[in-house]
Amino acid sequence: MSTMERHIPDRLKSPLERRLKSWETLLLAVAVAIFIANSFASPYFLNAWNLSDATFNFTEKAMIAFAMALLIISGEIDLSVASIIALASTAMGAAAEAGAGTPGLILVGLATGVLCGAFNGVLVTRLGLPSIVVTIGTMSLFRGISYIVLGDQVYNNYPIDFAYFGQGYVFWVISFELVLFALLAVIYAVVLHKTNFGRAIYAIGNNPTGALFSGIRVARIKFILFMLTGLMAGIAAICLTSRLGSTRPSIGFGWELEVVTMVVLGGINILGGSGTIPGVVIAAFVMGLVTFGLGLLNVPGIVMSIVIGALLIGVIALPRLWAMWRAR
Amino acid sequence: MSSNAVARSPALAGGTDNPVLALDRITKTFPGVKALDGVSLALYPGEVTALIGENGAGKSTVVKTLTGIYQPDGGDILVDGVATRFATPQDAARAGITAIHQETVLFDELSVAENIFLGHAPRGAFGLIDWQTIERRAAEILSGIGAEIDPRHKLRDLGIANKHLVAIARALSIDARVVIMDEPTAALSHKEIQELYELVDKLKAQGKAILFISHKFDEIFRIADRYTVFRDGQFISDGKIADVSEADLVKMMVGRDVAQIFPTRDNEMGREVLDVAGMSHPTEFADIGFTLKQGEILGFYGLVGAGRSEFMQALFGITKPSAGQVKIDGTAVEIRSPADAVANGIVYVPEDRGKQGAITALPIFQNVTLPSLGRTSRNGFLQLAEEFALAREYTRRLDLRAASLDTNVGNLSGGNQQKVVIAKWLATKPKVIILDEPTKGIDIGSKAAVHEFMAELAAEGLAVIMVSSEIPEILGMSDRVIVMREGRMAAELNREDLSPETLVRHAAGI
Repeated sequence: MSTMERHIPDRLKSPLERRLKSWETLLLAVAVAIFIANSFASPYFLNAWNLSDATFNFTEKAMIAFAMALLIISGEIDLSVASIIALASTAMGAAAEAGAGTPGLILVGLATGVLCGAFNGVLVTRLGLPSIVVTIGTMSLFRGISYIVLGDQVYNNYPIDFAYFGQGYVFWVISFELVLFALLAVIYAVVLHKTNFGRAIYAIGNNPTGALFSGIRVARIKFILFMLTGLMAGIAAICLTSRLGSTRPSIGFGWELEVVTMVVLGGINILGGSGTIPGVVIAAFVMGLVTFGLGLLNVPGIVMSIVIGALLIGVIALPRLWAMWRAR
Repeated sequence: MSSNAVARSPALAGGTDNPVLALDRITKTFPGVKALDGVSLALYPGEVTALIGENGAGKSTVVKTLTGIYQPDGGDILVDGVATRFATPQDAARAGITAIHQETVLFDELSVAENIFLGHAPRGAFGLIDWQTIERRAAEILSGIGAEIDPRHKLRDLGIANKHLVAIARALSIDARVVIMDEPTAALSHKEIQELYELVDKLKAQGKAILFISHKFDEIFRIADRYTVFRDGQFISDGKIADVSEADLVKMMVGRDVAQIFPTRDNEMGREVLDVAGMSHPTEFADIGFTLKQGEILGFYGLVGAGRSEFMQALFGITKPSAGQVKIDGTAVEIRSPADAVANGIVYVPEDRGKQGAITALPIFQNVTLPSLGRTSRNGFLQLAEEFALAREYTRRLDLRAASLDTNVGNLSGGNQQKVVIAKWLATKPKVIILDEPTKGIDIGSKAAVHEFMAELAAEGLAVIMVSSEIPEILGMSDRVIVMREGRMAAELNREDLSPETLVRHAAGI
């Protein structure tokens, strides 16, 4: 419209500069600090097998956290994930009792997860109910079914080769779970940061109305994210059940909050719209290292949750305090 | 009617009575817009003054100034001739000024009596609320205005007309001297309107000064004693209603100097692209049908609430119409979502830029490419270079001003945000573009740029639908105009039949 050409540069700050000033960098520094502190605190820390064991503290939760990160960025949440684990594990246990082989068990675990996720998704996207309410409801519902089926019984008739997912090692100290965790981290990072689908998730989380008015199929994408979260809970259920070798209705109890903690610690805005997968990956390591380090020092579990809680509040409050201090 | 429509101060013109409340050369500026430019207004006890003007003339700003929500940048508010400042809405209430809005601000979960006395309830022993007195006085006030409402009922259980009566009772409970009624009849039935008239007469008899804002001339002539006309934030004229005719008022409302220059357009129209037939919605609009050609600009005029935006959003797939058919290039299409609309070449630039138009927390380039990601990506994977290229191309065409393409849209001015939204849609290469109040709230410079650009788009063969409440814009840009009133098509006018008077007449139904 104007004859005068106006040049607008694509970017002002380089991507590298942005990355250096990011939340992820701060979190990485915290992780390194905890690692160094741990290695001084306990002589058993810097041992390959001990470190390998430590990864089991976070791998299963982190798998769910990746999908949860996408869901939270889109402005929704799923608090039923731990109960999906219980239901999927119960379904697998029942299938094993009925004589299903390992491939059948995996299928049952994944299908249960996807169905639970789809159930949440339908309630949220079709009926327009708030996801926090829906998934608090299904949290009780899914685990409740598990309690009805199992009561005080245990399913532990799993085939021997089913143990590989939670107890197998791919190479030396590198467990199958760790490999799966790394693979999923890459896949989720690519999906969120390098695809149209990921871009749409950010758009929805920042402004669902604007995204809808821009031709984004908001309900469909949210539904997919709920299914994906259910699927990841199914995968976590397979790994956890395989690692424990048994199913009780209390399996994975309270994990939903640990998963959400991991996501928020990873720099995902709980209100939606921002955050990255690398952040969640580092947060997983931080939580795993803290739990493991305190475990080596024989700190009881309840104190660990206090430390994790304090860590979460501290890391989140730090940048805000820094900004307030600078503004003075 | 006074023929010399020069801004004089009505506060000083005075009749036999002195005004209880007056505005003297009030100015109020918002970023980029002068909402009120030295306007004056006087309200007399026992008289109804009608405030008349188009959408955007400054009526709501005046109401907000009188009720202490806005503070004027210049000029005086005179209460009984004494200059006063309303720092807060409470100050205005204390001076005896109360407003009843189109959507009354009341509390559904509280009782009628509580609503009436909320914030100024009589207190008994120990500062506790004196419920007996509240209910007794509420009943007195309600019966005083002829309303048969039990003060103990929850407000939720009342109909809209009775809610209005409660709002009026609330106004009376603070011993109001000035009652502002902002389109009080908009949601009322014929019978309820008659009752409201009687109530206004009662208030007059009690010596209240009433400011009555309405678009409906029959109402104005029925109950007003005086009129004041605003246009584009300026005082135009005032006087006694008995001295003017409807035609005079319409002329004062719209007869303006042509301050804006619109692009000259003389383009060939192509084949028909859009054919809408019998579009209806359960509550918002009914039986909308028209056709649109390539290169044509079709204006949609009407009062606020006439159902124009609601219809456009149904056409764009946001809301679901109950009936109707849409054809694109002669083929019937099913539009169930905005994604379907975009796929069929229909795009919509909404009125509410910040919420619906742009995703302000995301950078410019991501906003521009959002609906075009299918083209800029490869197998679903983002290609940033292609995205920047597309964003560069279209933001340059729109003459966007920004520091960089990865600046967040929220950091831009209103006009530039609008350019990003338009760029976003042009990048999808649409067939039909719907612009809803495209220049509302943006500065004059950007306004002209948007108009010029709209003409350019039409010249390139795009079919344009422009929803606008600004008469000059409708007159300056449209090849054809559909006037909507209360959800229906009131008129379809060709360019040669357009005049401000016809538009206003059809829009107001007179």
